[in-house]
Amino acid sequence: MFDQIIFYFFSGLAVVGAVLVVTSRSAVYSAVFLITTLLATAGIFLTLRAEFLFVVQIILYVGGIMVLFVFVIMLVNLDVALHQVQFNRQKWVAGLLGLVLGAELFLTFYLSGKDQQGRDILNLPPAAATLLEPNTQRVGDALFNNYLIPFEIASILLLVALVGAVVMGKRRI
Amino acid sequence: MIPTSHYLILSLLLFTIGVIGVVTRRNVVIILMSIELILNAVNINLVAFSRHLGSVDGQAFAIFIITDAAAEAVVGLGIIIAFFRNRETLLADEMDLLRW
Repeated sequence: MFDQIIFYFFSGLAVVGAVLVVTSRSAVYSAVFLITTLLATAGIFLTLRAEFLFVVQIILYVGGIMVLFVFVIMLVNLDVALHQVQFNRQKWVAGLLGLVLGAELFLTFYLSGKDQQGRDILNLPPAAATLLEPNTQRVGDALFNNYLIPFEIASILLLVALVGAVVMGKRRI
Repeated sequence: MIPTSHYLILSLLLFTIGVIGVVTRRNVVIILMSIELILNAVNINLVAFSRHLGSVDGQAFAIFIITDAAAEAVVGLGIIIAFFRNRETLLADEMDLLRW
């Protein structure tokens, strides 16, 4: 019961924050609501017993990426942009996309299959929580044994992004 | 215990809101934020299946996706600053330097 209250609180917060990110006029408000959504997502990671990702989400997303966003919003002059039309005329395309994605979810549940007792696979109780404990140690094991080469490639990707950002920030490209 | 399908529904809601934001907004900074929303929805999916299957692989994938999101945000915001310095605009439909 306590589990469900926490889950529905955080997911409602995330969805309302996401709607406000897309609909609010000013980019600063959008950034603040995006921070709300990211924090709520961190809470949802906690209900999934992913403590390491909970911490990474708060430190990296909220503390790193969103600070960068807010810096850029302050660097570019937004007083002019605030008086312009904020939405383009693609409402119908957006509505169609929403319908298609909803239909995809319906199909996923409809076709997801049953186990031997006739229960939906996606509504089965999850695997035992002890399989994922201790969480940080398990994630580190996976990253440095099974996913060692992707890990190194990710570090090269970060280096390339660093160089690219420095080049883009120069006064004359 | 919350079933995995509820996490999938939440993830799909966030994904759809992000896609609608990318399609309808004109401000490039908000389009980038909507892309962050989309990546976040994918992360929820991966971690939910990580719990569902009792395997930690999904969480490792989520860490890679967070790395990608950081790199993409850094480069995208750098491009936005360079573009704003040249054209004094943030609207996506006025970014037509490559059109001829």
